[in-house]
Amino acid sequence: MDETPAILLEQVNKWYGSMHVLRDVSLSVAQGERVVVCGPSGSGKSTMIRCINRLEEHQQGRIVVDGTELTDDLRALDAIRREVGMVFQSFNLFPHLTILENCTLAPIQVRKMKRVEAEELAMEYLRRVRIPEQAKKYPGQLSGGQQQRVAIARALCMRPKIMLFDEPTSALDPEMIKEVLDTMVGLAETGMTMVCVTHEMGFARQVANRVVFMDRGEIVESGEPNALFENPQTDRLRLFLSQILRGH
Amino acid sequence: MSIALSSGATPARERPPLGTTGPVGWLRANLFGSWWSTALTLALGYVVVRFLWGFIDWALIRAVWTVPMGPHGPDATICRQMKGAGACWAVIGDKWRFILFGQYPYNEQWRPGICVALFIALYAASANRAFWRRELLYLWLGTLAVIFALMWGGFGPLQFVPDDQWGGLPITLILATFGLVAAFPLAILVALGRRSKELPVVRILCVVYVELIRGVPLISLLFMASVLFPLFMPEGLNPDKLLRAQVAIILFAGAYLAEVVRAGLQALPKGQSEAAEALGLSYWRKTRLIILPQALRLVIPPLVNTFIGFFKDTSLVLIIGIYDLLTAGKVALADPAWTGFAAEVYLVLAAIYFMFCFAMSRYSHGLELRLAAARGR
Amino acid sequence: MSHAAGDPRLIGAQQAPRKPWRLSWSDPRTRNVVWQVVVIGAVGAVLWYLIGNTNRNLAARHIATGFGFLGRTAGIPIGEQPIPYNSATDTFAKALLEGILNTLKVAVVGIILATIWGTLIGIGRTSRNWLVARLTAIYVETLRDIPVLLQLLFWYTLLQGLPAPRQAMRLGSIFLSNRGIKIPVLVWSGAYSWAVLGGVLGIGLTVVWARWAKRRRDETGSAPPVWPVALGLIIGLPVLIWALLGAPHVVDAPALHGFNFVGGATITPEYAALLLGLSIYTAAYIAEIVRSGIQSVPHGQWEAAGALGLRRGTVLRMVVLPQALRVIIPPMTSQYLNLTKNSSLAVAIGYQDIVSIANTTLNQTGQAIEGIAIIMAVYLVISLSISLFMNWYNARMALVER
Ligand SMILES: Nc1ncnc2c1ncn2[C@@H]1O[C@H](COP(=O)(O)OP(=O)(O)OP(=O)(O)O)[C@@H](O)[C@H]1O
Ligand SMILES: [Mg+2]
Repeated sequence: MDETPAILLEQVNKWYGSMHVLRDVSLSVAQGERVVVCGPSGSGKSTMIRCINRLEEHQQGRIVVDGTELTDDLRALDAIRREVGMVFQSFNLFPHLTILENCTLAPIQVRKMKRVEAEELAMEYLRRVRIPEQAKKYPGQLSGGQQQRVAIARALCMRPKIMLFDEPTSALDPEMIKEVLDTMVGLAETGMTMVCVTHEMGFARQVANRVVFMDRGEIVESGEPNALFENPQTDRLRLFLSQILRGH
Repeated sequence: MSIALSSGATPARERPPLGTTGPVGWLRANLFGSWWSTALTLALGYVVVRFLWGFIDWALIRAVWTVPMGPHGPDATICRQMKGAGACWAVIGDKWRFILFGQYPYNEQWRPGICVALFIALYAASANRAFWRRELLYLWLGTLAVIFALMWGGFGPLQFVPDDQWGGLPITLILATFGLVAAFPLAILVALGRRSKELPVVRILCVVYVELIRGVPLISLLFMASVLFPLFMPEGLNPDKLLRAQVAIILFAGAYLAEVVRAGLQALPKGQSEAAEALGLSYWRKTRLIILPQALRLVIPPLVNTFIGFFKDTSLVLIIGIYDLLTAGKVALADPAWTGFAAEVYLVLAAIYFMFCFAMSRYSHGLELRLAAARGR
Repeated sequence: MSHAAGDPRLIGAQQAPRKPWRLSWSDPRTRNVVWQVVVIGAVGAVLWYLIGNTNRNLAARHIATGFGFLGRTAGIPIGEQPIPYNSATDTFAKALLEGILNTLKVAVVGIILATIWGTLIGIGRTSRNWLVARLTAIYVETLRDIPVLLQLLFWYTLLQGLPAPRQAMRLGSIFLSNRGIKIPVLVWSGAYSWAVLGGVLGIGLTVVWARWAKRRRDETGSAPPVWPVALGLIIGLPVLIWALLGAPHVVDAPALHGFNFVGGATITPEYAALLLGLSIYTAAYIAEIVRSGIQSVPHGQWEAAGALGLRRGTVLRMVVLPQALRVIIPPMTSQYLNLTKNSSLAVAIGYQDIVSIANTTLNQTGQAIEGIAIIMAVYLVISLSISLFMNWYNARMALVER
């Protein structure tokens, strides 16, 4: 494995107006590492993960992704967006494009791929998420789980080195959650670097190298999943875990 | 998810970096975010400052407020010597009574003045949701009756003033308001007719009426009113010009309002109608007691917007020579003493129209937000 | 609604035996028929009454109805003539045709200008720059709250207040004076006609090429370039023809001669004021439509496209606009119709559109019914064409989704 971390956050701070939403967040994700982020609502999980591909800007500290520091430089931003794929809670597929066009848009526009190649690539990933037969349909015609798998395929079509997931299953019905999680497990097995915000503890135990617990904008605890869940060090994590378990 | 853990405002352990909050942060975020934004801000800022300064210079600093009286009325020579460098507000000072009230007898102009005040009070009362009850309808009818009585007079000490001497702002208000009041029942019937599935003939008639009126400009209806209505009437009966224009505006408003009402009827969930039928209500009872009260409430904001449209559109009666606000302004300009000062008069007219329309549009916008919030709950 | 037709239960319900119709007031069908007969009777009676009155009035005034007057010599002087017209010899029909063309001239150009200007303002409303957002908001709110007729009169007065030709304001070889705007024009020669023909041919070829390219993409997956070829065919071809024919270009520039201009083309103050007033006013409404269209596209679409590495411009073009357009088009249609109908206000500033000429006609001939019928018919046809076109376009746009 490479020495340089895939993602490095150093003392990152962020405010919305005068509300402090990220406090001295430091995190290093090695190449091929799979990190699960959890924490109560409003604790800054989404904000942190969105800072990694600069959907949000941080105001203090350093974020280095794949050796490139995130600054105002647009060229650096382009480079990072190309290497980092993202999957959203609400899928965000483009409703006016077919599934295939959803997947080929960025490879053609950003990677300047030929359409045939892009379509081949897209079909390959659609097969990998097990819905190649839906390629000619429109997003509105698919179930939530299928849409989320398309969203994963769409991100993979850019051949990213890092994948970010922001609660990819929390908008789904229970029976659909499994199909999406299976896809993500399959992806993890390919050695992809992943940062995933989720409350699916089973998934965390199965694939994560590390779980990070956030609360009030801080990383409170982090560690190997079983150790963290069995033996929480702080009251905050203990309370959180008890509520998660009660919720299920 | 639990809120308990992260509840409350987090105590700021550290201040946000300088220049991201407060006035500096605001400027940075909203005016100088990127160099492209900065360039836009500077260029537009320059244009705005130049324009505003030019306007202030013209309208205030170099403006002429009064002119001396010459042998044949006011003498605007000083204004003309400015050659357009400064506004000549003296024209307003001389003509404002005429612009507001037209040819209404000068000494009786307090009557249309009161009418304008009554109209504004009526609008203000209707804007208050606490008054949205059946009594409001009587208030409208009563106020309109008082307004017409005041305008015509002819009883007690009030001298009779025929309506071809009315003019100015009251005409604009009468045409718009009375047009709305009279068109409204028509619009409801047409909207219901257009939605009736069992009465195809009625439906077709309503569709033809609405689409015909909406497909032609208001001017053509006003022309129709001024040249065709006399032909339609039996010999000897010749309704006066104002009434004819009012009828044209009612027909026009009816079609547009019908579409607004129809949108409200359509937006109402089907369950309401079915529930009413299940209770055994007849068509008219169901419509009057269940459907209309809800549908009309729903369309109040677009109704206000449509009314703003009529209010502006009444200015078209200028073309058939009726003395509304705009016509009065234009006639005032025809006075040889004041030719060449159109910009001043038009600006004042624009300001009057703007005040009415802006107030209504703000109101409708606010109402829309409140109704949407109430529905969201 | 649509899938109800395919529902077997409903088909069954439709084919269920109908109950016999009883001639009784308690049968709803009887009531429906009676109501409709009453309505037809009432409408018929009113029409009968009005037509009877009209006939008596016309007879009393010795006016013969009919469109025979259209063939008579009009004698209406027309300032703005899209096609050559002689007031001494040409007929009312020809004069009315001039009016229709003048209406179309102002409506078509006005729609184009209002769309461009309104779209810019609408995009400005969504700007993150506070000054831009504020100024465009003020523009929209102010202009929407002032009657368009007042605005037209205002612009017309401003244009008339321009200096006389001798002191005309000058921008290159464009002159601004109270006689209107004088602009240089190219002197038409055979080469231009051929070039126009080439352009039309180019458009045709482009359509054929685009069809072929699409088929080829469907078959082989590789799409031949469309835009460069289209550009070459539609612009390159005419330019090439023009160049081959010796690239003639004689410009007829306006010049001051005595008290007036010679040469060049004129945009009359009436036309300019009408165009300016209508476009500026309608643009305020179009801006609101464009703004709400853009804002109807969820923010997540921007984010998802951004996360894929697409640039802002590409996101706007490929992701946001196609979605926004579907929200924008229906209300846009009614604004186009409004602009067209408002062009009838031309009569107030002396631009000779169809309303103005029909009005003069009915004053001269006394044929009031015919005159107003002509005005209404013209607008109904225009309204109907615009809404048919827009419905077709809308259906096409809607198809894209499902
Ligand atoms: N655009 C914004 N403007 C202002 N405040 C924001 C914005 N986005 C997020 N916040 C605030 O920042 C804090 C962190 O939000 P964030 O979305 O990161 O939480 P989260 O941990 O992802 O919560 P959840 O589990 O509900 O998704 C919250 O208090 C939220 O209200
Ligand atoms: Mg979140």
